Amino acid sequence: MSDRRVVITGIGIVSPLANGREATWERLIDGKSGAGRIDTFDPEDMPCKIAFQVPWVTGRGGGEGDPNAFDPDKYLSPKEIRRIDEFILYAIAAADEAVEDAAWKPEDDEGQERTGVLIGSGIGGLESIYSTAITLHENGPRKVSPFFIPSALINLASGQVSIRHKFKGPNHSVVTACATGAHAIGDSARLIKFGDADVMVAGGSEAVIGRIGIAGFCAAKAMSTNFNDTPEKASRPYDKDRDGFVMGEGAAVVVLEEYEHAKARGAKIYAEVSGYGLTGDAYHITAPAEGAEGGYRAMKMALKNSGIDPTEIDYVNAHGTSTPKGDEGEAGAVERAFGDHAKNMSMSSTKSAVGHLLGAAGAIETAFCALAIRDQVMPPTLNLDNPSFETVLDLIPHKAKKGRVRAAMSNSFGFGGTNASLVLKEVQ
Amino acid sequence: MSDVLERVKKIVVDNLDVDGDKVVESASFIDDLGADSLDLVELVMAFEEEFNIEIPDDVQESIRTVGDAVTHIKAHI
Repeated sequence: MSDRRVVITGIGIVSPLANGREATWERLIDGKSGAGRIDTFDPEDMPCKIAFQVPWVTGRGGGEGDPNAFDPDKYLSPKEIRRIDEFILYAIAAADEAVEDAAWKPEDDEGQERTGVLIGSGIGGLESIYSTAITLHENGPRKVSPFFIPSALINLASGQVSIRHKFKGPNHSVVTACATGAHAIGDSARLIKFGDADVMVAGGSEAVIGRIGIAGFCAAKAMSTNFNDTPEKASRPYDKDRDGFVMGEGAAVVVLEEYEHAKARGAKIYAEVSGYGLTGDAYHITAPAEGAEGGYRAMKMALKNSGIDPTEIDYVNAHGTSTPKGDEGEAGAVERAFGDHAKNMSMSSTKSAVGHLLGAAGAIETAFCALAIRDQVMPPTLNLDNPSFETVLDLIPHKAKKGRVRAAMSNSFGFGGTNASLVLKEVQ
Repeated sequence: MSDVLERVKKIVVDNLDVDGDKVVESASFIDDLGADSLDLVELVMAFEEEFNIEIPDDVQESIRTVGDAVTHIKAHI
């Protein structure tokens, strides 16, 4: 691989904790939860009636006057909002914040052509597909919107962001279920390393908290159903009472930049994306391989090509979805991958506070790793009252932990048996 | 009948996010009001809905201006 290094110079977040990077991070470190009862439709006939919704000025746990609430009118006209699925709306908002944070607004051809976009989504415009299917069924093909297809296509998040900011470099997308966000960032880093771009706007977005999304994951028996009356207790990774994941929504986008390019323009640098590993389980469509074997190999690969000593990793942001099987397998794989060093490490699952953002999960969790390195503080695992297993890892129960974070790892595993690990390290 | 133009105007303003003053009978959807081919399809759907008529595809292609739309709609409601 080339010796071009890749750093993060901008971060944008739309999350169930807040709209915005700093508000989300502050609430995460404070131990807040973004969970609540679903209010965008009546979930009464669903086994799972709760989710981590992005607070909007119009509801979803937000409201007028809530400083953390998401206001779509700040980004687009009513006409434009009507014509895109919410996953694209969240991607646009997160990308706006990331680009502004990086202060990267190229006006010349070279700058624009050397800047690409790679934003993925696990499922894309599922709600648009669902509502259009109903329209087609009830009213026939003449009532299908000409904007239906471009509102639902997953790569239209990248397309819309590129049009908005005139980024004319590689325009690409990733679809790897819950590993999407991590693959998007890892692949983007490689595009920069290979020389195809100097700057990549990369991340993931998801918005499938609707009847069809919830019903689908419920049918797959993947979601929590025991905490409908206490939504904030439902996502509880590693705890013995966990009973499935709780869906989240939102987007996270980072600006990745070649190190010398960033340095030359005096950009602020959060961290270096130094390692990336990706593997397949070849095992089962929804269940992780025994002992998270595929995840283990992804971690080893990321550590190897990061070029750092594994003992420099102080924090792991786990995939940790709060499902009975997945959590223990991953923890065991981390212990195996790090050996003796595991006892010195901390690992938390921020899905306890923001839920499972599916295709955006890997991106928001990588962003959290970068912020952990910036602030030298590690976010907690909420609701971890009684671990279901013994481990030498500090799982950071309940409260955030101040401590040295020289390097961090983010793990993401997805349906289909797809795994990605990223290693971030501080830049001195 | 006289309010057909007003109803068409309202739909055009809402759909294309344009200033009402610009929506005159001679205005071309594409050249003067910034519409693209997808906007036109959506506009025609909105006319069909508002006036409860069906505008066949070959007629859709001949509707270029606000006046074309008003003329066609008046002849079919």
